[in-house]
Amino acid sequence: MVAELVDYIMSNKILLGISKGVVVGLFIILYASLMVLFLTWVERKVAARIHVRYGPNRTGPYGLLQPLADGAKLIQKEDIIPYAADRLIFTLAPVFAFAFAVLPFAAMPLADGLILADLNVALLYIIALASLSIIPVIMAGWASNNKYSLLGAMRAAALNLSYEIPLVLSIMGVVLVVGSLNVFDIVKYQTEYIFGIIPKWIIILQPLGFFVFFVASIAEMSRIPFDMPESESELIAGFHTEYSGMKFAMLLFAEYIHMVFGSMLAVLLFFGGWHLPGLGYVLSFLENFLSGFAYTVVKWAIQFGVIVAKALAIMFVLMWIRMTLPRARLHSIPTFYWKYLLPLALINLGITAVAVAVVG
Amino acid sequence: MKYNIEGLEVEEKDGEMILNMGPHHPSTHGVCRLVLKLEGERAKEIIPVIGYLHRGVEKICENRTYPQIIPITDRMDYLSAMNNNLVYCLAVEELMGIEVPERANYLRIIAAELQRIASHLIFIATFGADFGSWTIMMYGFREREMVLDLLEEMSGARFLYSYMRIGGVKRDVSEKFVEQCKKTLNIIEKRLVDYENYINENEILLDRLQGVAKVSAKEAINLGLTGPNLRASGVAYDIRKVDPYCIYDRFDFDIVTRKEGDVYARVMVRIDEIKESIRIVRQALRELPDGEIRAKVPKVIKPPAGEVYARVESPRGELAVYLISDGKSDKPYRIKFRTPAFANLAAFPHFNKNLLIPDLLLSFASIDIVMGDIDR
Repeated sequence: MVAELVDYIMSNKILLGISKGVVVGLFIILYASLMVLFLTWVERKVAARIHVRYGPNRTGPYGLLQPLADGAKLIQKEDIIPYAADRLIFTLAPVFAFAFAVLPFAAMPLADGLILADLNVALLYIIALASLSIIPVIMAGWASNNKYSLLGAMRAAALNLSYEIPLVLSIMGVVLVVGSLNVFDIVKYQTEYIFGIIPKWIIILQPLGFFVFFVASIAEMSRIPFDMPESESELIAGFHTEYSGMKFAMLLFAEYIHMVFGSMLAVLLFFGGWHLPGLGYVLSFLENFLSGFAYTVVKWAIQFGVIVAKALAIMFVLMWIRMTLPRARLHSIPTFYWKYLLPLALINLGITAVAVAVVG
Repeated sequence: MKYNIEGLEVEEKDGEMILNMGPHHPSTHGVCRLVLKLEGERAKEIIPVIGYLHRGVEKICENRTYPQIIPITDRMDYLSAMNNNLVYCLAVEELMGIEVPERANYLRIIAAELQRIASHLIFIATFGADFGSWTIMMYGFREREMVLDLLEEMSGARFLYSYMRIGGVKRDVSEKFVEQCKKTLNIIEKRLVDYENYINENEILLDRLQGVAKVSAKEAINLGLTGPNLRASGVAYDIRKVDPYCIYDRFDFDIVTRKEGDVYARVMVRIDEIKESIRIVRQALRELPDGEIRAKVPKVIKPPAGEVYARVESPRGELAVYLISDGKSDKPYRIKFRTPAFANLAAFPHFNKNLLIPDLLLSFASIDIVMGDIDR
C-alpha cells in the first residue's frame, strides 16, 4: 500500500514537487526553530561567561533544556491584546514576522543539491524578503497603540533606510565576482583553489565587501550596537513592548531566525558554504562504501554540519560583539551608514568591477 | 490637547507627544517619573514627578527617640546608608557636645569611604546598563559585592547598616578585617583600570558621552548641582575639604574635578573619586589607633534645647540634617534632611533641553539619583 503510494507520487511530477516542498519546508521550519532554541541557550551561556557568571544550569545537563522550559512558560501565558490596539494588525504582525523570517531559507541551499526552490535569481529573492522584515516591526509598533512601541517602530524604519543600501551593495560585489545570482553557483565558485592551496572563499577576494556586509547585517538583526528598535533601557522593549505569550515568542523567534539567516548567508556568500579543504577526499572515500541514496544522505548531513558549524562561529562573534560594545548613539548611526559604509561599499563595488573587467 | 500633570498644565500641540517615562521604567532608577514633551525623539520639556517612594521619614522621626532614628536614616539613601547614619549622629553629638573617641572616628571614615566606593561602583554598573552594556553592569556589581562583604564584616549587615551610634560606632573591627580590606582595595584598584580603558578606548561610547548635557561651572552653581556632578563642571567643592567633619582634615586626598561638565566628565569624576576613597581608607587603616569605639553617653539621650545643622559629603553630594530639640523630650522637635539627589534632580530639567531620548536617559543616569533619597 505504502509502496504503491510512493510509486504513484514518484510518477506524478506535480505531486512529487508538492511532497518535496512539504518535506523540505517542514524541515526548514524545524531546522530554524531548533536552531533558534539552541541559539537562545548559546547566547545566554556566552553572555554569562563574558559577564563572569554561570548562566542557565538547572534545567537539564548544562541547562540545555532551558529554551524548552521558556517555551513552556510562554505557552501558558495569557495572550493579552491591549484594549486600544488594532486587533487584526496586532495579531498578524507576529505571523508575518515569522513568515518573512523563514521564507528566505527556501532559496538557501542547506547542502549540495538540497534546496527547496532552486531559483536562478535566488539572491534577489533573499534580499527582497530580508528587506520585507521591516514591515512586521512597523505593524507591531503601530498596532500596539503604545508610545514606546511607536518610537521603536519609527526608529526601525529610519534605520532600515540606512543599512539596506550598503547591505545590498556589498552582496553585489559577490555577484560581480561570480557572475551569477544563484547561490549554488556562488558556492561552487568557492570550492576551487587559488594556487592549488588557498580555498577560493570570497572573503579572500572581497574582505572590504564582507566588512560592509557584516556591519550592515548586525543592524539588520537589530543587535547591539545597532539595536535601536528595541533598546531595552530606553524604550522598554520597543515594538514588542505590548506582546506577551506566544505572540511574543513568535517575534522573538523571528529575531533569532534573522540571526541564523544572516550568518548562514555570510557563510554561503563569503565562507565557502559547505566547502571545507579536505572534505572532498572524505566524501570520495565514503562513496566507496555507500551507494546511491545512502551516500547522498550522508553527504548532505556532513555538508549541512559544515554550514551550521561555520554559521555558529559567526553567531559567536555576533554575541561577543553584543556583550562587549555599548549601544551606538542614535543620530550617529545614519551618519555612519550614509557617510562611511555606503562610500565603502561603492568603492568596493567599483574596484571589483574594474578587477573583473581586467582579469575575467 | 491639555494634560494636568500633578497640577501643572501641559499642552500637547500638533506634532508633539507627551510621553510618561516611569515610574516603572528600566532607566528611571527606581520610581522617578519623567513627563517628556517630545517632538520626534527630541525632548522639548522635561517634568520630573516625584513622591512615589514617599514614606514621611521626617515625620516618623519626630515620633522616635534619638537612637531609634538611626535605622530610619538608613532607608533614605539606601545606597549610602553609612553617610546617612553619620550625618545624623554628627548632628546629635554636636547638640549634646559629645566627643567621639579616636578609633571610632577612624572607623567612621573607613565605613563612609567604603560606602562611597560601593555607591560609585553601583553607579558605574547601572550606567552600563543604561548605555546597553550589561557586561559593565555585571562587573560593577561584582566589585561592589566585595565592598559589601567588607561592610558586612564591620557592621553585620550588608545594606542597611545602622553602624553609627551616637557617640561612636556599633562594633569594633578585627585584624582580619584590616587584612581583607587591604586585599579588596588592591583588587578594586586594578579593576578600575579596566573600567577606564573600557570608556576611554571605545569610540562608540565616547561618541555617546562626550559633549552631551554640558553644564558650565557657573550654571552648575546657579542650578544648585552638588557632589560629583558639581565637581564634573570644574567647581572644586567638597564638604570633606571645605568644612571637614570627623577627622577628614588629617587625611591626604584631593578633590577630583573635571573641566568638561558633560556626561563623560560625570562618569570619570566618580571613577577618580573611587581612587581617592581608596587612598583615604588605606591611610585610615595604616593609622588606625587602639581604644574605645564609643563615648560615654547617657542612657536616655535628651539633648539640650537648640538647633543644629550638620553636613557631610555623601556619594551624591552635600547631605545635611537640620535638627531642633526642645530640650524637654527624648524625641526631636523637628528634623529636616537636605538630600543631594533632590537638588540634582531639581536641576536636571534645566540642562537637558532638546536632547534625544537616549542622550537624555544617559544624562539622567549620570546625575546618579536615588529615589529613596529624594522622596524620603
